[in-house]
Amino acid sequence: MPSRTLAAAPLALLLSMPLHAAPDPADWDAVRNEARGQTVYWNAWAGDTRTNRYLEWVNQRMQDEYDVTVVHVKLDDTSAAVSRVLAEKSAGNREDGSIDLIWINGENFAAMRAADLLFGPFAERLPNFALTYPEHNPEVVTDFTLPTEGFEAPWGKAQITFYFDSAEIDSPPRDIEALLAWAEANPGRFTYPRIPDFTGSTFLKQALLALSDADEALYAPVEESDFTAVTAPLWDYLDTLHPHLWRGGRQFPASGPELRNLMSDGELALAFTFIPSEPAAAVADSELPPTTRSYVLEGGTLGNVHFVAIPFNSPHKAGAMVVADFLLSPEAQARKQDLAMWGDRTVLDVARLDEQAQALFALDEENPAMLPPDALAMTLPEPHPSWMTALQEAWLERYVRN
Amino acid sequence: MILRLAPVLIVTLLVGPILAGLAMAVLPAFGYLPALGGDTLGLAPWRQLVAQPGLWRSVAVSFTSGLVTTAVSLVVVLLFLASATGSRLDHWIRRLVSPLLSIPHAAAAFGLAFLIAPSGLVARLVSPGLTGWERPPDLLIVQDPWGLSLMAGLIIKEIPFLLLMSLAALPQLDPERRVAIARSLGYRPTIAWLKVVAPALYPLIRLPVYAVIAYATSVVDVALILGPTLPPTLSVSILTWFNDPDLSRRFMASAGAVLQLGVTAAALATWWCLECLATRLIRHWIDRGGRRHGEKPLHLAGKGLILLASLIAFIGIAGLALYSVAGFWRFPDALPQSVTTTHWVRALPSLAGPASSTAIIAIASTLIAVVLALAALENEQRTGRQPAQGRLLSALGLLYLPLIVPQIAFLFGLVVVMESLGTRPQHGLVIFGHLLFVLPYVFLSLSEAYRRFDPRWTRLALTLGASRNAAFWRVRLPLLLAPMLTACAVGLAVSIGQYLPTQLLGAGRVPTVTTEAVALASGGNRRAIGVWALVQASLPLVGFTIAIGLPRLLWSNRRGMRGTP
Amino acid sequence: MNDRHHLALEQIRITLGEVTLLELDAAVGPGEVLTVMGPSGSGKSTLLAFVAGFLAPAFQATGRIRLDGRDITRLPAERRGIGLLFQDPLLFPHLSVAGNLRFGMPRSTPDRSDRVEDALGEIGLAGFGDRDPATLSGGQQARVALMRLLLSAPCAVLLDEPFAKLDTHLRHEMRQLVFSRLHEAGLPSLLVTHDREDAEDAGGSLIQLSA
Repeated sequence: MPSRTLAAAPLALLLSMPLHAAPDPADWDAVRNEARGQTVYWNAWAGDTRTNRYLEWVNQRMQDEYDVTVVHVKLDDTSAAVSRVLAEKSAGNREDGSIDLIWINGENFAAMRAADLLFGPFAERLPNFALTYPEHNPEVVTDFTLPTEGFEAPWGKAQITFYFDSAEIDSPPRDIEALLAWAEANPGRFTYPRIPDFTGSTFLKQALLALSDADEALYAPVEESDFTAVTAPLWDYLDTLHPHLWRGGRQFPASGPELRNLMSDGELALAFTFIPSEPAAAVADSELPPTTRSYVLEGGTLGNVHFVAIPFNSPHKAGAMVVADFLLSPEAQARKQDLAMWGDRTVLDVARLDEQAQALFALDEENPAMLPPDALAMTLPEPHPSWMTALQEAWLERYVRN
Repeated sequence: MILRLAPVLIVTLLVGPILAGLAMAVLPAFGYLPALGGDTLGLAPWRQLVAQPGLWRSVAVSFTSGLVTTAVSLVVVLLFLASATGSRLDHWIRRLVSPLLSIPHAAAAFGLAFLIAPSGLVARLVSPGLTGWERPPDLLIVQDPWGLSLMAGLIIKEIPFLLLMSLAALPQLDPERRVAIARSLGYRPTIAWLKVVAPALYPLIRLPVYAVIAYATSVVDVALILGPTLPPTLSVSILTWFNDPDLSRRFMASAGAVLQLGVTAAALATWWCLECLATRLIRHWIDRGGRRHGEKPLHLAGKGLILLASLIAFIGIAGLALYSVAGFWRFPDALPQSVTTTHWVRALPSLAGPASSTAIIAIASTLIAVVLALAALENEQRTGRQPAQGRLLSALGLLYLPLIVPQIAFLFGLVVVMESLGTRPQHGLVIFGHLLFVLPYVFLSLSEAYRRFDPRWTRLALTLGASRNAAFWRVRLPLLLAPMLTACAVGLAVSIGQYLPTQLLGAGRVPTVTTEAVALASGGNRRAIGVWALVQASLPLVGFTIAIGLPRLLWSNRRGMRGTP
Repeated sequence: MNDRHHLALEQIRITLGEVTLLELDAAVGPGEVLTVMGPSGSGKSTLLAFVAGFLAPAFQATGRIRLDGRDITRLPAERRGIGLLFQDPLLFPHLSVAGNLRFGMPRSTPDRSDRVEDALGEIGLAGFGDRDPATLSGGQQARVALMRLLLSAPCAVLLDEPFAKLDTHLRHEMRQLVFSRLHEAGLPSLLVTHDREDAEDAGGSLIQLSA
């Protein structure tokens, strides 16, 4: 009997509490108090067992430290979460949504912002946010050229990284032009994911940035420039490249991970990924040979930051904010960057952290499949999201058989 | 009284959500979706849809793959039954039907892809010895633009389904006697079966055949793995549009969903016309009276084709199993260089939750479905109103609506409906969603045996003074235990395989082995996929094992219970 | 089983659409057998279905069935008190021999196990209670089926060609057994058959139906 009364007490308390307005991130203590006992449903892509493991670790730490339970709602595609929030809004569910936190960036963020589906601003009020030193690192407050305005909190970094088997290739192509020559010399050994896949679309942007002279036009909405003229060099390039691609360019793999499988099968000799640690992780999982090496193109490659955001109708906003703040802590960021855990790069400005925190990020050992830390310094910012959509449509128009 | 409500309950339970879901797809298809600022009706989404590159090719692939898959599967099943009935192969295949049926579509598709890909198992076995390939050849086999590999993958899965349905319907036709009479008139056995049994069998399995057409025209998971890509099938395109970060594409996606419904309907209509044509041709063939011609090739095809299909399915699964323990495995090695348990060890801790919620949902939805199906069938017996055999258009025939209407056409709309009704995503809602698909399959599997059940048993029980209810519980139920358990196993397998209903109605909060497997598949790690696909396939196998084993155990001392009643 | 029962079939007329299948007016006294003969399609089985309470909805029937004066025409089958013996013994395959015998015994019957044992002894099957019915011979099964019927304590009995499937030598033996037991129990019986010998052994009145 006593145990039953005990169990009922918090429930009764909960029920007697009035429904109140969204928590104010300015009063952090209040947020933390309110978060206690909450369960945060975090919708995140779950295609990688390492990522999933890291999220489970976050759950453990949040339970121990903050009495917040984190449930990883596993998605095969982030837009499923966008659909869900949209469906809830359509149905008039404004307070009791099913999602508390979304792993998000780019087009999905732009779409949710435009449709007023996000809660905020909150990110800049998170205590740990200061560790990103946004004044020195504008990418943590910019998502595909759009200012985040505090509607999402930075979490990790991605950048286009090429990889190859050093047992087979001595010197891989170092820029987009050399890539074409290499493909001509090695027919069928390179390809990129099918549009509208995210990684594939990024390849188009990468090529366009390298081939076009109108770089600045790409950082403004596409409507403001002459799309045909700006992209003409890209289509010329692709028209020449495609016959030398895998399957003669008549077929493309579905996604970035699919590229990795083709590398693993020996069908491709050269591939790229948006996750710099992916080749090293794949070597560790015996998917790729130990002779795998990574590099970035000369002049840099596209990179971006990924974020977490809170839907407007999340019933556990306080809990979600506490999680977002924990994700920005040196402890969580360092753990995430550890290849043994996941290998996702930190968004903190490590050089500006205190010594104790810096020590957390020290690399124990060199992994030959991993990029040297300075290689990722040459990060090209993402163009305006409207370019992605326009490029995707033009690509499909051009290369899909009717 | 409660019994009499069962058919009404079933029809409202199934038809209501589908119509509501369809309505919520039709409105945005004509521009109405206030949450995205669409508050006027118009044809803009359709114009946008028609302007999509490759749309008509997508439609054509969906349409033809549906028809070809169904035709080939049906022919293989009929030829097998014609040529192998009573043989050792027959015995064998009958045993394999259940495990084959329990392999999830996606797992079978992964298995096939891994088998026939240029870097696949077949190429590895013959390389470099026979082919000289040191490296996979650059050949377009999997995901070919004509959808051939897609159709192959579907055929492998639809054969066991049609076979199970045929085996359930056959006994009432007394095929042995029919064939014996025809043989006494000089017909060779295979020809005899095709001429005297097949025409009578087809009307009994027509509904499952229609379900196969509808499924094959609108399938998503298999098409993602094996289907063409530039453009993909219509259903895959629709899913891509629904998932497009550009929310304005939802209007076009809804129009696509309505178009998908049209494509499925057109495929069904075409099949119906082909049926009429085939009926004439076959009548002509029968009338001509040929008794021997073609026996040999038909016989060989009947045995060979099904053997090939079963082998492909099993070797594909074996390949997945091998991958789940593979260390580094490079082309053209036929076997991995090393074996590791890493992937299993990594998966095990996260298995328990999804596995138990999969079991809870599958058992609950199956139990509800079985109770409702039994109630409806028992009501039918007591009122003496049975629909004519193979007839589609009875009121209870609406039960099969979920099998005919493509999931993708109504599920997105159903989510909005459920949200508006204030139901929040949880196990209950997911169970309800599964029930939509479990109930028709359970009914389909159970109804034949129930309606065929010798009415004298019940009469006997009643004249011995047992009440209607006692006759049901003490006679009919025990005697029908075996088919009932098979229906349960089919129901469990259907529930376990559901992806879209689980993910959409559960808001992803209700993880099952299937949602986990699909989420992981997006990461492309074949070793992890192998682990989860095996887990996903083994759960329904448990159900089928119980369905076969339990009656044997219970009736080990009752010889009269060994065959199906 | 000393009760004496009367079965009366008053002005029975069964039709299918416009066609009249049969018309009948008869009374069967305690221990008597009324034999109805006729070729297939003459409506014999329909008559039995009507009296037992299983008439398919397609048929229309007028007239009254009285059992011991009580009108049972509208009663459901299980409350009519009419037992049925089929061509096949139809022993429930999932129950043991004893389970089959117990199935029809009224709940109020005292000493059920003893009654079952006695009954088995009466038909020469003592100790067969735990057996699987499928292991019995055809004649043994037929005897168990008869005993099961009697133990259910009916007030009247319908016999649907109960000897048609038995071997010739068994047939005569079973007829003797069935008719004598029914007579002893004082049960009015309605026998449907197309075997003239059945009618002769039954010894009661005979109604011939035309096709």
